[in-house]
Amino acid sequence: MIITGKLYKFGDDVNTDEIIPARYLNTSDPKELAAHVMEDADAKFPSLVKPGDIIVAGKNFGCGSSREHAPLAIKAAGVACVVAESYARIFYRNAFNIGLTIMESAVAADAATGHVLEVDAATGKIVNVTLGKEYASKPIPPFMQELIAAGGLMEYVRKGGF
Amino acid sequence: MPRPMTIGEKILARASGTKSVSPGDIVLAKLDLCLGNDITAPLAIQAFRDNGGKKVFDRKRVALVPDHFTPNKDIKSAEQAKILRDFAREQKLLYYWDQGECGVEHALLPEQGVVVPGDLVIGADSHTCTYGALGAFSTGVGSTDLGAAMLTGKAWFKVPPTIKLVFKGRLPKDVTGKDLILLAIGRLGVEGANYRALEITGPVIGKLSMEGRLTMANMAIEAGAKTGIVPPDAVTRAFEEGRAQRPPRYYESDPEAEYERVETFDVTGMEPVVAKPNLPSNVVPVSKARNVALDQAIIGSCTNGRIEDLREAAKLLKGRKVSPRCRTIVIPATPLVWKQAMKEGLFDIFIDAGCIVSPPTCGPCLGGHMGILAKGERAVATTNRNFTGRMGHVESEVYLASAGVAAASAIKGRLALPAEVRGADWAKGVRR
Repeated sequence: MIITGKLYKFGDDVNTDEIIPARYLNTSDPKELAAHVMEDADAKFPSLVKPGDIIVAGKNFGCGSSREHAPLAIKAAGVACVVAESYARIFYRNAFNIGLTIMESAVAADAATGHVLEVDAATGKIVNVTLGKEYASKPIPPFMQELIAAGGLMEYVRKGGF
Repeated sequence: MPRPMTIGEKILARASGTKSVSPGDIVLAKLDLCLGNDITAPLAIQAFRDNGGKKVFDRKRVALVPDHFTPNKDIKSAEQAKILRDFAREQKLLYYWDQGECGVEHALLPEQGVVVPGDLVIGADSHTCTYGALGAFSTGVGSTDLGAAMLTGKAWFKVPPTIKLVFKGRLPKDVTGKDLILLAIGRLGVEGANYRALEITGPVIGKLSMEGRLTMANMAIEAGAKTGIVPPDAVTRAFEEGRAQRPPRYYESDPEAEYERVETFDVTGMEPVVAKPNLPSNVVPVSKARNVALDQAIIGSCTNGRIEDLREAAKLLKGRKVSPRCRTIVIPATPLVWKQAMKEGLFDIFIDAGCIVSPPTCGPCLGGHMGILAKGERAVATTNRNFTGRMGHVESEVYLASAGVAAASAIKGRLALPAEVRGADWAKGVRR
């Protein structure tokens, strides 16, 4: 699967409070959550983001609270993919569990909001089309690949994985 | 001979039915307990039902704690809490607390003996790592993992490498478990222990109360850690006496166990510290941040809402007033802590000092309710996170500190050391 989209760039240590502030966590409705996605990192983001856009960030993306509402809000906003240099552990696990495509690659250093990114989720090859620069991604761990192949954690459980 | 293992590795090996595990292994393990709260459990219950869930794997091993937006702050949060209440009744869950019985989950569960040493626990809340203080392996997950756990009683884990923290030296007055863990987070960084377990050890920890240990393990996640385990000892055994609802298993790390690295902290001469906005790793001595004026002080949370914290604050607030500029909210973390504080007369001290005493709730810690900050306002809090906008407006700020520093700061209306409050009296020749 090749994803091509306009990227929005964020910094290091983007935490789940910024991705979806707790003041909106009195609901689990993905649409309501999406209306406030990344609001405390960039107040304009929820009104600018379009389906198919890509979030690019630095280290430790998704640190802090374990709220699955964070990857849910990103996915429900139509963001096609997140590409960060590294992820906090719980966010990483949650993203796979809810089927949000995430890649681990140091794309952020050269990238700027508005650049076009091409992500090959299968091979991990990422191209910043605007700069004409190519990047590799850290491979997805084999067990996570099994989960993906099964159709997510719950499907894996249902198929007798547990 | 199995390979020498750490406490965490031994728990994962036991729970996955193998003799030994090594860092990097993926194991499927049986859980002793799983839990969720009023923010995370509704999605977990949905995942449970969407996948044909009719009955939880064991009604004695699923705990639900509506503590975040309770007492319900609005209609939507009341709807979320109702999902938990209805599910708990339908499933006849043994561990569900409501109304006057409910407290902040990570203070409540150890206090009630629901989590015990040697347990393997997952919770849909990142501060589930708190129970490491008892010598349990416990870690935060998302709602889907909790949903799968309620269905199967199992979860998958990647066995983490362990970083050993050794605290040695003489613990100075006013330096608490909170200061020690902030010191460690300052050195490790917010990502420094990502995918790793911490083992929190050393002679200083041996002398630390269970309250202080719970505070330390609670914030392991703030360095990115999967869990933060304190080796169980006489303090642990005494704490579990008459409390543990299941037989504890006391594990110790083998002398030859493998650590990714060892970080040593000499605490002799250490000063109380604060974490400045907007990361828990921005740690400086309080004396380097004394000119920071405050609008609010929060004493409570799963980090520092236990009786020892309230006593520490009360000692300083006794006979004094908080600054009229600094709204001060005291939140005992559980009904038992509340009752004990009331019995000891701490509420008289707090109320005479001009503090608000709140019912147990996570409330302001996550910017939920019961003490939200306006634009440009600044708080000192005994909580665990000071991220951008964490306690309210995106342009508000949070400084993290111990209960003693929070109380001293509330009195001064700026960040202050407990000694400054006592010192002023000393200078005037007043003895307290």
